[in-house]
Amino acid sequence: MRFVWFNLMPWPDLPEDFREKYRSVWVDIPSALYDPTRGHEVYNTYLDQLEFAETVGYDGLGVNEHHANAYGLMPSPCLMAAALARRTSRAALVVLGSSIALYDPPIRVAEEFAMLDVISGGRLVAGFPVGTSMDTNYAYGRVPGTLRERYAEAHALIRRAWAEDQPFVFNGRYTKLRYANCWPKPVQKPHPPIFIPGGGSVETYDFCIENNYNYSYLSFFGYLRGRRLMDNYWQRVAELGADDSPYRAGFAQSICVAETDAEAERLYGSHVSYFFNRCLHIYPGFVDAPGYRTVKTIQSEFLNQLTRPNLGAAASLSWGELVERGYIVAGSPETVRQRMEELIKTLRVGNIMCLIHMGDMPPEMTRYSTELFARKVMPHLRGIWKDYEADERFWICPLAERVVPAPIAAEAAR
Amino acid sequence: MSARSYLVDVAQGRRRIRVFEAGGGRPLVFLHGAGGVTEDSPFLAALARRWRVFAPLLPGYGDSEGAEDLRDMLAVTLHSFDVVDALGLDRPMLVGHSMGGMIAAEMASVAPREVERLGLIAPAGLWLDAHPVPDLFSKLPHELPAFLFHDPEFGERMLTAGADLDDPKFLEAFIIRNARQLAMAGKLLFPIPDRGLAERLYRIRARTMLVWGEGDRVIPPAHGDAFCGGIAGAELIRIPEAGHMVIIEQPEAVVAALARLG
Repeated sequence: MRFVWFNLMPWPDLPEDFREKYRSVWVDIPSALYDPTRGHEVYNTYLDQLEFAETVGYDGLGVNEHHANAYGLMPSPCLMAAALARRTSRAALVVLGSSIALYDPPIRVAEEFAMLDVISGGRLVAGFPVGTSMDTNYAYGRVPGTLRERYAEAHALIRRAWAEDQPFVFNGRYTKLRYANCWPKPVQKPHPPIFIPGGGSVETYDFCIENNYNYSYLSFFGYLRGRRLMDNYWQRVAELGADDSPYRAGFAQSICVAETDAEAERLYGSHVSYFFNRCLHIYPGFVDAPGYRTVKTIQSEFLNQLTRPNLGAAASLSWGELVERGYIVAGSPETVRQRMEELIKTLRVGNIMCLIHMGDMPPEMTRYSTELFARKVMPHLRGIWKDYEADERFWICPLAERVVPAPIAAEAAR
Repeated sequence: MSARSYLVDVAQGRRRIRVFEAGGGRPLVFLHGAGGVTEDSPFLAALARRWRVFAPLLPGYGDSEGAEDLRDMLAVTLHSFDVVDALGLDRPMLVGHSMGGMIAAEMASVAPREVERLGLIAPAGLWLDAHPVPDLFSKLPHELPAFLFHDPEFGERMLTAGADLDDPKFLEAFIIRNARQLAMAGKLLFPIPDRGLAERLYRIRARTMLVWGEGDRVIPPAHGDAFCGGIAGAELIRIPEAGHMVIIEQPEAVVAALARLG
């Protein structure tokens, strides 16, 4: 089992009446709510937490990409990974940007990922999300009906840019390069492990299986609701005749650990509520621009949210409801261990993206939960897929000899 | 007047599209807006009392196929000429509503000698900072009647044909149809319905009539003045008690305005 400590980097100061006063945490939320001075502290705190996670034993540090989003303050995940590359030494840098259809020309992504892989000595996990409709269509203005074609073309360009040893001509529909030439090239060969965050479309299953990419379901709604989607994924793996290594798959789960179940609720209740009720307050009109999804993947569950009564009565879920529905796995180390074991086995996932910092959770509390999970839960889950330990296709392969950053001059002189 | 409905092969079989045809007299090709057009449209019936009307459905609408190859404005403009050719028509009068007006104006700009009479009903295609077109794509279904119609209650009846917008089953079909149609429309309209038409308007030679609902909340009536100023000799008629769906709210008044083109 591998555990990635993931920080979404939410803005911690959304007002109490956020839901009533604003229609969405994403796309059209006024940037007047952002305070750069406070932001300075917030970014550095979040980076500290990621670095801390490495020291207590997490296998990877996760960052992702969102735009115009107050719960995801990483328009450029590569910048965060670059900061982490110098202050960490062992963990994988799991970058679940870059949304390759958004960059023009997309060879920029090949270059930046190669830089990260080289700086970190081969610790990059390269994520190629399509990106949500909020990010790609509404915040970045990409035409929904041609987004996936752009994505496919960008993917072909990046893979070829990493593979070729000579400049080549790339004559795409959206990108035309007379001299496609990626300097630097990644350390990991033939390319860094590639993770694709998915949301249930059959086309994405096939794309991952055929390319041996990890398929990661980044839902905020827990493993009980994730079950059907992952069952469909594994069914497709079987249909295409691929092996069933659990390392093909990942799942994001919100996790809160304390000494007891009661302490978990007392400590984390308000922060979890902040996340689910303020951070996930998204205007439904932004969720799925027409043409973003193929018609066959439009889910009826989603449609139901658009009736007037449902729009009016957006749920304010209690701690008990969140736990019961599996949106969060929370409680004592033993409670969390049991539920995580059930999650890992029922979804058949070799990677967990651990969402431990929740909403406006303060740093010391985040460390407490992070450390308890690492010390008292992770060891019991490590061996679940021990039969597949030799499978190295879906993880980093760093250089054996890696450079340690030199102390800065003033420190060295002391 | 009942319409004939048939499929036509376009562009040497590259695409197959649905066409509604009704009426008699001189030929008129009607290009529909982002919401599409139905066989029983009262506007088609009103047009058909004066012209021989052909209303092709753009790929992505109804059972018209081939949307995947139409990626941008030029492709749709040329496709629309291919449709005129496939119908065996020679320089028919072109009338377009909203997105269809944008396509018709592009056709008249790109090939000014091919378009002699042009009716533009609340066409998209321009951008005026002082009069922005709201974001059609993020609207929720229940917001559409008041957005599209002067009279929202009438609009809701028209959009739903009597069904309930809060019935999940109806809503599902409505949204799936919308997703397919607007995926195509988005190639011309998303995120801003401006594909450079303003730079080409001067080329239009057609006798042009512009028609606008006075209460249009989708494309503000000021866009009518901008079109009028950009096309030599164009005339603009504003219709009271009508929103963007002026063709449904005041079909006879729209036909009377278009009739001035002869």
